[in-house]
Amino acid sequence: MQSAEEKQAPQGWKRIGRAIMDAALVPVLAIFSAIIVGGVVIAVVGGNPFAAYLGLIQGAYGSTKAWSETFVWATPYIFAGLAVALAFKGGLFNIGAEGQLAFGAVATAWVGYALPGMLGVELPAILHIPLAIGAGMLAGFLWAAIPGALRAYAGGSEVINTIMMNYIALNITSFLLNGPMKDNNPLNVIARTPEIAEGARIPVIFDGLRVHWGFPLALIVAFLVWYLLWKTTFGFEIRTVGANPDAAKYAGINYKRVIVLTMALSGLLAGLAGAVEVTGLNYRHELGFSIGYGYDAIAIALLGRTHPLGVVLASILFAGMRNGATRMQFLTQIPVDIISVIQALILLFVAADAIVRYIYRIKAKEDRLVLTRGWGG
Amino acid sequence: MDWRRFSFIGLIIVILFGVVVLIGGEQVSPLIIISSMLATTITVATPLTLGALSGIFCERAGVVNIGIEGMMLAAAFFGWLASIYMNTIFEFNAAISLTVGVVMAIVSGGIFALLHAWLSIAFKVDQIIGGTVINILAVGITGFLNRQLFFEKGSIFGGNVPHAPGLLPSLSKSLTFLCGGEQGCFGLPDLISGSVFDQKPVAISAIVLVAVSHYVLFNTRWGLRTRAVGEHPKAADTVGINVNRMRYINVVIGGMFAGLAGAYFTLESVPSFEPLMTNGRGFISLAAMIFGNWTPFGAWAAALVFGASQALQINLQFFRESIPPNWAFLQQSYVVGLAPYILTMLILTGIIGKTTPPAADGQPYEK
Repeated sequence: MQSAEEKQAPQGWKRIGRAIMDAALVPVLAIFSAIIVGGVVIAVVGGNPFAAYLGLIQGAYGSTKAWSETFVWATPYIFAGLAVALAFKGGLFNIGAEGQLAFGAVATAWVGYALPGMLGVELPAILHIPLAIGAGMLAGFLWAAIPGALRAYAGGSEVINTIMMNYIALNITSFLLNGPMKDNNPLNVIARTPEIAEGARIPVIFDGLRVHWGFPLALIVAFLVWYLLWKTTFGFEIRTVGANPDAAKYAGINYKRVIVLTMALSGLLAGLAGAVEVTGLNYRHELGFSIGYGYDAIAIALLGRTHPLGVVLASILFAGMRNGATRMQFLTQIPVDIISVIQALILLFVAADAIVRYIYRIKAKEDRLVLTRGWGG
Repeated sequence: MDWRRFSFIGLIIVILFGVVVLIGGEQVSPLIIISSMLATTITVATPLTLGALSGIFCERAGVVNIGIEGMMLAAAFFGWLASIYMNTIFEFNAAISLTVGVVMAIVSGGIFALLHAWLSIAFKVDQIIGGTVINILAVGITGFLNRQLFFEKGSIFGGNVPHAPGLLPSLSKSLTFLCGGEQGCFGLPDLISGSVFDQKPVAISAIVLVAVSHYVLFNTRWGLRTRAVGEHPKAADTVGINVNRMRYINVVIGGMFAGLAGAYFTLESVPSFEPLMTNGRGFISLAAMIFGNWTPFGAWAAALVFGASQALQINLQFFRESIPPNWAFLQQSYVVGLAPYILTMLILTGIIGKTTPPAADGQPYEK
């Protein structure tokens, strides 16, 4: 039956719709399976899974305010998810989004609070916001270029190097936020920077809601990443190096340069996540804020099948879970940490799509996602 | 392990020890400093050694295991949980509770490894992704259960973190007893035998397991088969070795090593559990495994380097006051704390010689 359908290939919108259906089938079933297993876990620890999930959905998507908060959560997720997805497209596994994000946030915060004082003038928002965000992007770009270069020129596995650089970034930001960059307000005991200037803050979209213009920016950046990957020569090079580095080499692509740039661009996107959180939401960087984003970003990139549109949708789902979890805990006393278990299960079912295909008896397709390849010898 | 690598390891350890001797030498005799550094090095290298052995068994059989970090974390939690359950709910004494805790840690490491083996062998999931799934799952489960069991009202421990049954005891007494007499061991001054050999059970078993693993891998039929499966599975299959069965068993053995490493954190080092407490040790042990060229003794030597750099950080705390002003950066524990991570990255660049992973490392076997 399936082959009969394939013989008359559908055209235009129908074809796109079919492609989306095909791509979304496994992730949707993975989410479904994870929700069921998560419900069993909730029941085992003595909770009511239906009440818990109802609270979760209400808290995530039940009102205008809930949607606003979900979009606030989704903003850094989209940037960081795109970062990991872009690296995957180039055959690189960036586990370092967390460190890149932290460095981006530190650099943005510094430009945000210290630059006006150093220049002796109050900068207008039209200048100060781009400068602050640009600093965050640059910090992420440079920080991620290091593991990229080590991979391209010294053969060091980017998997372990990006993890090590997370710990290095954590130590350096701890040092900065406890020392030179610490908020010296006498009442402050937390490791955090001073507040950034008014002019460096991204405004909110609607009065009274926290969702800010960073969210539309994230959607635009998702489109730009899609455009880069599928409509430019460089994007083609990234995908070729990712799919088959030997073929890329013989086709005359400077694959070492592509590896470094892919990693650096991935870091730039992660840095952007930190930059937008600082300028749009927190107005400062605080130690510990960035912890956990790296793993969430990997889960989002995989759930979104490393496609920008998928990343946006997966981000809104994960953001909804994080946001709704508070209401769930309030209503049912199930700790918010259950969300991490459900997300890990989603990731498990997405990564092992063979399990999902086996459970739901779906025929395997040929185009398996190629993601990483070993230690690189 | 070639001489270059061993001398590099020796050099780094001498430098790290030397820094502390230079700074603290005027207050305390160098001999005391060195023996104390040595003791700390061996102690903190324990989870790294066991983690590296875990990686060696998995990768020698051809399965990349980046989930060691998660296996350690899960084992640390479940071992600790089991020991507390035994102690407070079933009211066993500390020794039995701790023993059950260690066993539980090893078992839970094995179960997580079984999941990893299942993903990578039966479903042929990309093994680095599979390991990452294990890591995220371990963070999620331990974080959730930790909160649910200990910090929620109406939970089994009533919202209070219960009293832990203590820590595994030091073995120095029994060691001194072994070589006959209270004073000294093997003719060494009491100072050295008393502090360097003042190690606890997991630390001692890690060292024993290095030797055992070396023997098993390179001198037994089992070891030969394991290596064959990791180097050339097709050839192994042709001579009648069940490739996937060998891989399953070796990955689970590896997971049990990681589980024992987990026991170090909550049953031997500190009597409590913190979310994310393994703090990258599982990943550093992978670097130790690579630097040791997938051999147990090589990996142990590399683990000692990382141990020494951590010992530097710990011992410098004592001598903070006497750090000379132009070395002031050493006063910042954040700065000294970078050493193991930077060392890992340097080592992975291959500046100290290339390493060769097993040929079929990370490739699922298809007949």
